[in-house]
Amino acid sequence: MPRHALRLGGILQVALFITCYNDTLFPECGKSVVRVLERLGHTVEFPAGQTCCGQMHANTGYRDEALPLVARFVEQFAHAEAVVIPSSSCVTTIREQYPSMATELEERGGHAGLSRAVHDLLPRVFEFSEFLTKRLGLADVGAYYPHRVTYHASCHGLRALGLGDGPVDLLRAVGGIELVTLPNVERCCGFGGTFAVKNAAVSGAMLAEKVRDVQNTGAEICCACDNSCLMHIGGALHRQSTGIRTVHLAEILAAEEGDPV
Amino acid sequence: MLDPRTARPFPIVAAEAVRDTQMRGNVRHATEVIQNKRARVVAERGDWQALREAGKRLREHAIRNMDAYLLEFERNCTRAGGTVHWARDAAEAQAIVVKLASEAVGASAGTPTAGRPAPGEVIKIKSMTTEEIHLNGALEAAGIRPYETDLAELIIQLGQDQPSHIVVPALHKNRQQIREIFRREMQLPELGETPQELAEAARQFLREKFLRVETAISGANFLIAETGGVCVVESEGNGRMCLTLPKTLITIAGIDKVVARFRDLEVLVQTLPRSATGERMNPYNSIWTGVRPGDGPQNFHVVLLDNGRTDVLADEPARQTLHCIRCGACQNACPVYRETGGHAYGSVYAGPIGAILTPQLLGMQHAQSLPYASSLCGACYEVCPVKINIPEVLIHLRSRVVKEQAASISGRLHPEALAMRAAASVFRSERRFRAAQRAGRMAMKTMARDDGAGQPWIRSLPGYLGGWTSVRDLKAMPKQTFREWWEQRPHRTADGQDRNKPGVPDHPTGTTKQPPASVESA
Ligand code: SF4
Repeated sequence: MPRHALRLGGILQVALFITCYNDTLFPECGKSVVRVLERLGHTVEFPAGQTCCGQMHANTGYRDEALPLVARFVEQFAHAEAVVIPSSSCVTTIREQYPSMATELEERGGHAGLSRAVHDLLPRVFEFSEFLTKRLGLADVGAYYPHRVTYHASCHGLRALGLGDGPVDLLRAVGGIELVTLPNVERCCGFGGTFAVKNAAVSGAMLAEKVRDVQNTGAEICCACDNSCLMHIGGALHRQSTGIRTVHLAEILAAEEGDPV
Repeated sequence: MLDPRTARPFPIVAAEAVRDTQMRGNVRHATEVIQNKRARVVAERGDWQALREAGKRLREHAIRNMDAYLLEFERNCTRAGGTVHWARDAAEAQAIVVKLASEAVGASAGTPTAGRPAPGEVIKIKSMTTEEIHLNGALEAAGIRPYETDLAELIIQLGQDQPSHIVVPALHKNRQQIREIFRREMQLPELGETPQELAEAARQFLREKFLRVETAISGANFLIAETGGVCVVESEGNGRMCLTLPKTLITIAGIDKVVARFRDLEVLVQTLPRSATGERMNPYNSIWTGVRPGDGPQNFHVVLLDNGRTDVLADEPARQTLHCIRCGACQNACPVYRETGGHAYGSVYAGPIGAILTPQLLGMQHAQSLPYASSLCGACYEVCPVKINIPEVLIHLRSRVVKEQAASISGRLHPEALAMRAAASVFRSERRFRAAQRAGRMAMKTMARDDGAGQPWIRSLPGYLGGWTSVRDLKAMPKQTFREWWEQRPHRTADGQDRNKPGVPDHPTGTTKQPPASVESA
């Protein structure tokens, strides 16, 4: 029996949108999401035709290229009871840009009812930590993670999604964890998608400040709700041989007592 | 001179700025001080979000009905004894102001010699609009010497520098640097560096100008349609001197500065100082309406400047740019501005507001790199007192840049455009996406090296992506993607039943409830 069999909304059939970069580069994040959700008693499905939400294209100005991906996402997920996405920036794209993109697609023809479908789907789309704290109303998900951890509040999670204390509440409830606050937690790490290559020097300067803050916490692990920030921060932590690792919040919440440390 | 038409692209200038550790230190320090003050006084207001919302609404209303309100302003200002001039662009505005100033200066300087006005002087209160149109250069070319009277603008002028911030133009300079400029330009070799000594030196320098010069040029924070009044808020009182002592006052304002009613200021004079300088109220709030016999300037002109603003109005998703009340809070909050300072933006409007305003005022062919000078972190939107969704406008402008580039062959063949279109095609098909994942894994494998801890990492990427590995490593792709793992795992529902049934590959029907088995061999 799951330790936290859910009474709140019963057992949910959760559709996982893993996102293109988690699928490709960070499969552990997806596995961890599955582990947590199943431990809580929910079932997880993975619509096979999913690819990418279109964030990179939309945010770099390639809106026309992003438009078909809106229709694709809706086709893959319209049926879902809940869509869970372990990426705060992708959820932001979906929440903030899909409505106007769907309208535009519809106006161009061939996508009758798409705006309506987006409108209906959006309330069922959740960032992973948000699903746990807001949809399920949980803080303790039965995790055990005996490490010194600091939390990087990605800008999209912090400001666009308003995750607030949700992720930190989840971390506080983890057994064995030593949670340390990251100074200047509201400041951007400098990733910004294509910003990191288009404005590499500035991105690097912002990153240097973030890395210094992370190091000052003395944490072994820096976690976040978005692997894109972590790829960037982790890349610098590795380059500088700091020994500090980055992991997605889901990986911490998936860990249990008895797991290999 | 900060001219977006000739400025080099942001990434190049920014990369140089990032190496200027002294300047960056000054900018970081100054923006942090202002941000902390702002946070304190904003936190005092339980109704801050309501004030922001009210500010947004009244600015939206004024901008949407700008045509009517500008005419109303003109009527009321004229009735009160002012003269209103309309300038389509920078050149027209320069010509109008130079003509008015020459007449005023000529009148006060006595007889013109050889048909040319005698060399004259004007005093100026800080105005970013006059910086936008490069007025000082035009005045000097006409033989008129402008004296900046705002302390920060005076520092910029004496140091032959350029403003780097719309509220605190000399924010990139520290006290020692300011002392050096004053020592040199005011011939005060013994000058100390306490704020008191520096302020006293400026006071002595400026007082004499206030008492002598009879023509002033000002900007405006707000134009009040209902009354024809002009409002300027400031901290030093030097503006008040310029607005009251001279015989002639020429105000130049962007047409976006109009507000509908006097009572709109109730909201804006609360949010502007808190956002701009972290003050509850500006020490000097001046509103003047036309001319009053025997009191203040007897000659009063307002030059209303378009200079691209009506084009902004026409682009609906970007129109909110014109709601800006030039508080500079977005600049202080911006993590990019923090690292580069203002000059990298190639315009008097630096930081997030500059990144959206400059390309729109001058046409997208200039300043194409500015909409990309942001990580889209949203800190600007969070602090903006009139709730301009700057990230949204940035993204919209990026799509305009891409559209314009796509209009040319070289634009279409640009490596980024090609890569983006290829990636888009990959994402439109599950089959192609899987193939790309496999290809990516192969490519990364050839580039990756063991890091000594048994992990494959890439230390150097080619071409466009080289920016990534300049300061970071990239972890190579794992042996298995998530979907490969998913497909080979035994699937169970909560009640323990196997639900690993084949789904429909690449067929987005929206009804694929079951996770599919491997769709094609990897
Ligand atoms: S955009 Fe908003 S925050 Fe930035 S200067 Fe204008 S009003 Fe202030």
